[in-house]
Amino acid sequence: MSPSNNDHRTMTLKLIVWRQKGPNEPGRFETYLAREITEHHSFLEMLDVVNEDLIKEGKEPIVYDHDCREGICGTCSQVINGLPHGGQTRTTVCQLHMRKFKDGDTIYIEPWRAKAFPILKDLVVDRGALDKIIQAGGYTSVRTGAAADGNSILISKEKADYAMDAAECIGCGACVAACPNGAAMLFTGAKVSQLAELPQGKVEAVERVNSMLGAMQECGFGNCTNHYECQAACPKGIDVKFIARLNREYLKALVF
Amino acid sequence: MILDGKSPTGPIENTWDKHRFDMKLVNPSNKRKYKVLVVGTGLAGASAAASLGELGYNVETFCYQDSPRRAHSIAAQGGINAAKNYPNDGDSIRRLFYDTVKGGDFRAREADVWRLAQVSNNIIDQCAAQGVPFARDYGGYLDNRSFGGAQVSRTFYARGLTGQQLLLGAYSALSRQIKLGTVKLYPRTEMLDLILVDGEAKGITIRDLVTGKIRTHVGDAVVLCTGGYINVYNLSTNARGCSATAIWKACKKGAYMANPCYTQIHPTCIPQAGDYQSKLTLMSESLRNDGRIWVPRKQNETRSANEIPEEDRDYYLERKYPSFGNLAPRDISSRAAKEQCDDGRGVGPGGRGVYLDFRDSIKRLSEDVIRERYGNLFEMYERITDEDGYKVPMRIYPAPHYAMGGLWVDYNCMSNLPGLFVLGEANFSVHGANRLGASALMQGLADGYFVIPYTIADYLAQTTPGMLKEDAAECKASMDEVGGSVEKLLSIGGKRTPAEFMRELGAIMWEYAGMARSAESLGQAIEKIPVLREEFWEDLKVSGTGSELNQQLENAGRVADFLEFGEMLCRDALNRDESCGAHFRVEHQTGEGEAERDDENFSYSAAWEYKGNSNEPELHKEPLTFENIHYAVRSYK
Repeated sequence: MSPSNNDHRTMTLKLIVWRQKGPNEPGRFETYLAREITEHHSFLEMLDVVNEDLIKEGKEPIVYDHDCREGICGTCSQVINGLPHGGQTRTTVCQLHMRKFKDGDTIYIEPWRAKAFPILKDLVVDRGALDKIIQAGGYTSVRTGAAADGNSILISKEKADYAMDAAECIGCGACVAACPNGAAMLFTGAKVSQLAELPQGKVEAVERVNSMLGAMQECGFGNCTNHYECQAACPKGIDVKFIARLNREYLKALVF
Repeated sequence: MILDGKSPTGPIENTWDKHRFDMKLVNPSNKRKYKVLVVGTGLAGASAAASLGELGYNVETFCYQDSPRRAHSIAAQGGINAAKNYPNDGDSIRRLFYDTVKGGDFRAREADVWRLAQVSNNIIDQCAAQGVPFARDYGGYLDNRSFGGAQVSRTFYARGLTGQQLLLGAYSALSRQIKLGTVKLYPRTEMLDLILVDGEAKGITIRDLVTGKIRTHVGDAVVLCTGGYINVYNLSTNARGCSATAIWKACKKGAYMANPCYTQIHPTCIPQAGDYQSKLTLMSESLRNDGRIWVPRKQNETRSANEIPEEDRDYYLERKYPSFGNLAPRDISSRAAKEQCDDGRGVGPGGRGVYLDFRDSIKRLSEDVIRERYGNLFEMYERITDEDGYKVPMRIYPAPHYAMGGLWVDYNCMSNLPGLFVLGEANFSVHGANRLGASALMQGLADGYFVIPYTIADYLAQTTPGMLKEDAAECKASMDEVGGSVEKLLSIGGKRTPAEFMRELGAIMWEYAGMARSAESLGQAIEKIPVLREEFWEDLKVSGTGSELNQQLENAGRVADFLEFGEMLCRDALNRDESCGAHFRVEHQTGEGEAERDDENFSYSAAWEYKGNSNEPELHKEPLTFENIHYAVRSYK
């Protein structure tokens, strides 16, 4: 083991970045150099370095969404070389490290592209449509203070694990950005599956799947045509089986 | 001035129930006449907004993120405590109460802690009903694990993603209310001022972070749920956007800041790798259930971890604290790690790290079991360090993590300004001088789901709704003030970026007011911070304009507030001439290097009143009395 891989080999990279002043402004690619980058920099730390340089040169820094920088809040959202989050399996942009790149690389950086996600500025898009889908029914209707003892509903470990697999979705929207149709089926499928699997969620299952699918369409998301790009792009490894489950829940709802 | 925390009296077991009965109620049909502004949408904010909306109040809620689901509560990994005693190992409300008061080094109000312990059980029920997929055993019952500072298994968890799941539970409850129209959500907005009418909180002024528009929102009460200030150290485990801005603006309007020197340094973080670094990443404390912590016995060890034989390893926590071992509380574990490193036995770059080793537990339980328990944490560690924690020991080091101080509140969670309520990490109430593991999630949800719905009614019932109108002079004055300070930040035209100033402030804070403080180091910080603050206002460079999405401007505002708040933190640390919990004054330690409390002189909460940047803040004391738990030296040996 070499805990002290503390060498200061640095790289210089060429960045081709989407710049857009506002929602109604035209966008364009601009080229920048990222200098003095080490393999320990995260991708966002690399952009921080570039931005500090830009500010000093009196230029506008690149605006991008980020927050927790530990892969869980789902805020960061960049398409890197055509792949949401940069294409490393199960990794958000903030957890992508520059050791995955090499000196002299050219890197294209773009925002999430989807009809339902209007660009606000540079790499920042409005993902409020995902909130609209949850607002349509991504919950159980329990009043605060009205719940029975947690152990009064037994849930098998298998069901709890299945629900947890679905619940791991961080709502970043990479699935939408990766989908040729701009569909939010993986996102919606994960929430519908989580709640449909648990006894607490079954009561409202029919209403939930109908209203969430309705909201999805109203917001301008496309439909699933089984490309599975969503699963490939998902930083949390959410499985497309939850889309199948969503479809099954929808069919069940039609029968009722 | 002696502050009154308004704790109910009588036997502690009955305090909350008695208080609930004594408080005034708002008639159901009158609730819709009141508007409540909830700032922040993490565990405390989302649960409060959802609960208040459900009760029938008009609620407006604000967050700086693009969605409430991104609040930093989402990153809490380990778990949430409750006194359910499902494992039959001797837990009870009284024991959780006892552990929390003792773990906080006797610097919290007894009644507040009792209430937290009591409602903890309701929280688990509420979340389970929401569909939070807590871990279950094969019989279908809820599973538990243990956490630092406790000898019972009372922690409920959802893999290593407990905070995420609890937050998504609260977010879904909030989403339901948004759909029903009881709550109106304003994402990408930042609170930049508190508006008072005759000394009562009746509105806020915000900046729309997308358009840059500054506007006021009026209400009948304001609830701040804006999290902690630990980013005053620049590098911390918090999200980049976490700031002291909202509570600091309230402080500047007269709200008291309590115990800001109680800053928790978490022992289980990934060590820093370089100067460019933007983040310290927390590895969940739950890892210490199965991982063993050690350093090489000899100084400047050059062998790699796996080559160091058993006899050359020092499992220092197990050695020093045999009954708690690797589960010793955070302040104790953090200082112990620092000691080892200061002694030249640290590992990794710069000797700033200790090993967290899973070798023995993998041998005992199998890699599959460890993977099942902590898989995502190992994955996260690998992403950042490029090392495989199953094969070589992980390296960890303490990092700033959590603020136990915050705005002063009474038993009703109301600050000294009537109508201003403060919940969760933003207040100072229950953790004392040190927070035990898995109790932050508990506090956020307790305050939001089970405290504020009762206590806010008591205030509103005595208040006439609609006292402030949007066109009032107070609103205009506040907007002018906020607009002026935005303009000022943009117009300095200096050379240094907000990030540079924040790095400098963070370095001062860590060096002089970090894991160990002294009168001398704090004195130096109190000299250096105003100098840096002056440089900031002369040499700051912010690009762009105020009428657009401008992250540099946002950062600049937050740095400006940290530059003022940091000084107050140091003054509080200087005043508290004792060691307690996470506040360690090197002048006050035992021969063995353990913290030495001074109950006779410092058994109080310190509440500071802001008096302008060029004046020292005024100290108000709330004496603390302990009737149910007797003062004892915390010993984890």
